[in-house]
This record gives sequence, C-alpha cells and structure tokens, in this order.
Amino acid sequence: MAKDAPPRWDRRMQQRLTRGEAAALGELYDRFAALVHSQAHRMLDDEDAADQVTREVFGYVWENPGAYDPRHGSMRAWVARLTHRRSVQLLRSTHGAAEGSGAGGRDEELEHRVLRATAAARADYIVASMPASLRAALELAYVQRRDYRQAASDLGVTGDEARRRLRLGLQLLSTANTRPSADTTPPGYGPTP
Amino acid sequence: MSGGRDGEEEPPAERRIPGPRAAADDQEKLPPVRPGGWEPPGPPGPPAPALPHKVLQSLLGAWALAACSAEETAAVEEHLTSCARCADEALRLRDAVGLLHTDGALDLDPMLRSRVLEGCLGRRPARIPVPSWAAPYDAETARLDALLRDIGDPEWHAPVRLKWFEADHQVNRRTTVAGVIGHLMAVDGLVSRALGLHDPLGGGDRPVPPTPAERTETYWSAALRPLTRAVQEPWRDQSHTLVRTVSFAGRGVAELSVPYGDFALPLQDSLLERAFECWMHGGDIADAVAYPYEPPAAPHLHRMIDLAARLLPGTLAERRRTGLAAPARHLVTAGSPGRSLHLEVEGRGGGDWYIALDSPAALGSPAHAVAQVALDGVEFCRLVAGRVLPVEAAAGQEGDREAIRDVLFAAASLSRL
Repeated sequence: MAKDAPPRWDRRMQQRLTRGEAAALGELYDRFAALVHSQAHRMLDDEDAADQVTREVFGYVWENPGAYDPRHGSMRAWVARLTHRRSVQLLRSTHGAAEGSGAGGRDEELEHRVLRATAAARADYIVASMPASLRAALELAYVQRRDYRQAASDLGVTGDEARRRLRLGLQLLSTANTRPSADTTPPGYGPTP
Repeated sequence: MSGGRDGEEEPPAERRIPGPRAAADDQEKLPPVRPGGWEPPGPPGPPAPALPHKVLQSLLGAWALAACSAEETAAVEEHLTSCARCADEALRLRDAVGLLHTDGALDLDPMLRSRVLEGCLGRRPARIPVPSWAAPYDAETARLDALLRDIGDPEWHAPVRLKWFEADHQVNRRTTVAGVIGHLMAVDGLVSRALGLHDPLGGGDRPVPPTPAERTETYWSAALRPLTRAVQEPWRDQSHTLVRTVSFAGRGVAELSVPYGDFALPLQDSLLERAFECWMHGGDIADAVAYPYEPPAAPHLHRMIDLAARLLPGTLAERRRTGLAAPARHLVTAGSPGRSLHLEVEGRGGGDWYIALDSPAALGSPAHAVAQVALDGVEFCRLVAGRVLPVEAAAGQEGDREAIRDVLFAAASLSRL
C-alpha cells in the first residue's frame, strides 16, 4: 500500500483523533496497519511481537495525536518512525532478558542485528513509498526477472526510460543502508511510546 | 573521464566488484561473462564497441539487477575497472538489491483490527464512539477491504457466481470480483440515501430505482466498460463515511427507516444486513481468488443471526399470504406467546431463538415450541444467504415437519441479489 496521503488528510485525521472520534481510529488503522505490522515483523521476525508493536503504536497515536507535527512530514512517516522506535526497544529488551547483562560481544551482535533490521525495514518503507512507476520497474526486474528491455515493453516505455527507472529505484533504496544509527530519530516527535 | 571523488584515484583493477545475481531468463545468445560469479573483472577481452560513459552509467541499475544483455554486462564490468565513480555506485546499487525481497507482505490477521481498536479505546475512551450496532458493518467492510488490497489487478476480473433463492429455487447471476464490489456499493447506497449522504446512483436525471436488485443492475449497466479495481476506493469511502456519519448522528438515528423498495428496515438493522452481505460476498470473492475467509467475530455473527430470526415471523406471514407456507393454526392476541419453532444455533455466535409460527404479532415462546431445528451458525447464515438449499441444510430436526419446512424455506427466501 503506497498511497501517499495528502497533507490535508493528515491534518484532518489528527483533528478527528484529537476529538476522540472512534471512526477516525478505525480509518487510521485501515490505512496504516499493514505498514506498521510489516515493518515490525521485518524488524522482529516474530508474529506475536509484531502484533504487540501494532497495538502499542496505535495506542500511542490514539492517546497522543497532538505529538504529530504535520510540518515535519507525513503522518505515514511519523507512524513508521514510531514503529521503528518501538521495535528497536523491544528487540533490545528481549535481547537483554535473554542474555542477562551480556558480554560486550553479545551487545555488538545485538547492535548489528538492530542495524540490519533497521535497513531492511527502511528498505520496505522506501519501496512502498517510491513512485509506482519505479516500484513497478523494480518488481518486473527483481521478482519477475525480466530484463530491462522486456520490462520496458511491459511498461510501455523506452529502454532508456526502463534503465533510468531501475537505476533511480535502486538509488532510492540504497539510502536505506546509509543512515547512521538505529535509534537516531529526528527531533520533535514527542516521547517514545 | 571517471573523476574519482575527492580527486582520489582508486586502483581500479583491485576493486573486484562481484557481479549481480544471476538472471533467471537471460535470453541473449551470447556466451558467458557469467553474471553472479566472484571472478575478477576478467582480462580485458575483446571489448564490444565502446558504449559512452553516460550509457554505461544509465545501465548500472539494470546491471545490478542482472537485467541487461550479456554484452552490456560485459561492457559495464569492463567500465567499472576504470571508472571509480561508477564502481562506487555499482557497489551501492548491488547492495541495495540485497534489500529487496520476494516474500510479499504478510497477510494481516483480520481479527487483529478489533483487538487493536479495543486496546486503544481501553486506554482512552472515545468521545464519539461507533454505535455498537454499526460495529459489525465497520469490521466486515474493513475485512473485505484488506482482502481486496491483497489481490492483483487480474483477479478483479475473476468470475464470481452470485447465488440466491427466488420463488423457492436457487438462481444465480454471473459477475466479476469488481462487479461484486459494485453491487455492494450500489446497495450500501440505499443507506447513504436514507441518511442524506451522496448516493453512488444519484446525480443522473432518471429516478433512482428503489430495490437492491434494480440498483445493482442499474449500476452495472451504467458502466461503459467492465468494472475494475477502481471501484474499491469509492466503495470504501462510502463505508467509512457511513460509519462516521452514524457515529455523529446520535441515538435516534438507530430507528431511522431505510427503504428497500418493497420493505424497510430501521437503520441499525439495515447496517447489520449490510454487514452480513459484505461478509457473504467477501466469501464469494475469496472463493473466486482462492483466499481463506473466516466468519465474523462471534458477537457480530450473533447479531446477524438474531436479525434473521427476528425477520422470520414476518416472512412466514408474507409467504402464507401467497400460499407458500401452511396456514396459521392458532392465532393468539398480539403480544401473547404463540406456537413456536425452537431454533438452536450451535457454535460461534450461536444461541436459542423461538420463532413465532402463526403471526409476527405473537411472541415466540419455549413453552409453545412445536418443533426444533438445530444447526451451525455459519450454516444457518449460508441458508439465509441462499447459498445452501433448505432441503440440503445440515440441520437436526425434531417435531412438526411442516413448521420446520416453512421456517427453513422462509429463511432461504430472505436471500436476494
């Protein structure tokens, strides 16, 4: 689901949530549940943990709709950040519980896992939010294993254009790998759930 | 013309950029330069006619995805040994390919929605709640919406055979997945209309037909081309708007009359009936595209069964008038207990209902039960939806056979397009 919410929808949703409208909560869930759950699942690789994060993220948004600031980006991006933060916390706490106050090597392994999971989740988010034309080209090449000329004819574009889309899509995707650390989050999004 | 970053000239031959993953169906005839290997960028073989840097650069994405021809692959790899900037990008893009995956998004457990929403409302009660009688409609439309999001464009054209019971025979009508959604939208529009909201059939010059079947046929025939997945959004917008509107409307609205042409239902029953239809047609769609589809949550299923049970005495009376059901045996004064059939519904959403047999004005009563029918909740609903024939319904039966037959046929006759 990659519908980019218009800012108007975001603001309106925020007002409705603030007003305590249960129907708005349902619509919020319908729009973002797949995103939240798949991101959490990608991070934690566990169905129950992903359910738990989903419950917590929506609970947080419902209780704190004022924490969203539309000037800092879309509600979709905000919800994705909340999901990421909560998933990292859960990853750390379950790891801590499993390892006790583990040795340095364990911690390193955990940090590595957090980074890997973060990149994977961010990549999914990037794919879901990129223009549909780029996503379609990547899908043809990667999932259906079409070469770029075949992809071009499937998409009804020139070979040049297909090459451009594949390169641009991967360039966008590659930014998932380059962000620094797991829980650096831009300021201004309120306390963690 | 590579121009390494920071003026740094990297020793190109050492970069050893592993090739991209193997292409599945590379159709080029030219031999090897095996993509996928970890070979060093081989000895400068007989180079193809040199492609300009710009073209080679534009090929980097396709190269990383192993989506170019063997000559192009060779040319790119040759180029990477001498152009640091492209070599950098090639590495980055190839690593990015590793972030793609083919295992599509996991299907979300449809029951998670109600758990999440309940959890939220427990933490902060809603100031404007969704009325409990609208909850089944809210849940069923959400469930169907989630299914629709998971299916691909071609599946929207998968054939669906809608079945119902008419004049005591099963009839059917062929349409597509998209056609089913159009049908749901056209009939939900009856509720929108009653609430003064936008009617998807309104706006034309001709009067809008009143019955669900006519509305559906009108909607279908107005479409110039076969319906596509484009119907999903207006259908979903309408259902969201309905839930929102009834949440704001206040108590009295539950009894607002929704006309269906030859009968009417109070709004709260109407939305329940719409939830029921949404589930049944969700099941039709799921069957057509080979997806699993579960029955509604138990409390919602219970309400749906209850609605059908409440409609049965009136339907029996109607059928009696047209000679389709046996004459009344014992008329009692309105509001008094009368001859009844005990409907025992087992399993999820089940319970006991006593159907007044001789008059809708009589009260169903255990003390006056002359027959008993026992069946599973989902089976009962499938009977009411015309998916199962009265004579085929897997029902335990005891007592007055005529009463049982009349009630089972009346249940099936509640179905329609």
